[in-house]
Amino acid sequence: MVKFTINGKAHSFDGDLAMPLLWYLRDELAMTGTKYGCGMALCGACTVHLDGQSVRSCVTPVSAADGKKITTIEGVDAERIGRAVQAAWRKLQVVQCGYCQSGQIMTATALLAANKNPSDADIDAAMSGNICRCATYVRIRAAIHEAARSLA
Amino acid sequence: MAKKYQRHRWWTPGALLAVVCTLPLFAQTAAGAASDKLFEPIRSVLQSPRCQNCHIPGDSPLQFDIGKIHAQNVKRGPDGKGMPGMMCSICHQTQNASPSMGEHAPPGAPHWQLPPANLKLVFIGLSPHELCVGLRDPERNGGKSLQDLVQHFGEDQLVAWGWNPGAKRTLPPLTKEQTVATVKAWVAAGAPCPGE
Repeated sequence: MVKFTINGKAHSFDGDLAMPLLWYLRDELAMTGTKYGCGMALCGACTVHLDGQSVRSCVTPVSAADGKKITTIEGVDAERIGRAVQAAWRKLQVVQCGYCQSGQIMTATALLAANKNPSDADIDAAMSGNICRCATYVRIRAAIHEAARSLA
Repeated sequence: MAKKYQRHRWWTPGALLAVVCTLPLFAQTAAGAASDKLFEPIRSVLQSPRCQNCHIPGDSPLQFDIGKIHAQNVKRGPDGKGMPGMMCSICHQTQNASPSMGEHAPPGAPHWQLPPANLKLVFIGLSPHELCVGLRDPERNGGKSLQDLVQHFGEDQLVAWGWNPGAKRTLPPLTKEQTVATVKAWVAAGAPCPGE
């Protein structure tokens, strides 16, 4: 059995510990904000945080979360940085179809937690693993700068 | 006729002097050949894809046996663990992803990372001599003594992944046991480098 918190709430799981965390979130808990994209850690749509660090939940076994704090898109606004990122996303109307945006916001939040004032190059380096089929990259970059300004 | 033959005696003083003077060169060549033989198996492992794909001169790790630049613009970062927001650990767990996720799902091992930016320990594109000198130099190998190197080959869990990479990944040309034994023999001989 493994134990962890998800967005501050305690959970335990004693099923197949090799099951991807994404399956647990979506199928067991019906937390569908985190998206299934490629299933191979190639697109970033499934990004969540484990103890504040981004992981691709589609290839992260539930066992890897044992004893850790999981944050998903449903709970990222509990922290100041997550709130600022979501506010910037709304202000600049970043989203087009929206499918990848949960992962984009999670990665952007992790970036700003590590680097309060990222350059364009820093943003590109951090966000290049999050693919957007609608190509909203320019607005994503602008929104990260906007969030950084609001947090300064 | 006798005088003619005398002019071609090989034991003339000049010829003898030449032989004596070149003996050390022959000895050096023999030693060089021995060190070549000692280090070549180690070189063959270090410059195999499982090792050299992360021991890169630039900042983009490589993938697959062909050494393709890592997808997603992955970069080394200052400490070798990726860029802020895009760490290696985003995708690479402490063990390989489950086979059920497909043979190209991210591999994993403890402390999955590149060498840090200030100590790249490059394996790619070096001659055997250059590779060897860098490997045994504590200023370039992360402060490792020769005994530390033996331990590194034998016990480091990320290094060990190279011999158990999973999926259909090509293995290094020597087994882990063969490699460790070869490194021990090289160290016991004083870690000579090719040509020395």
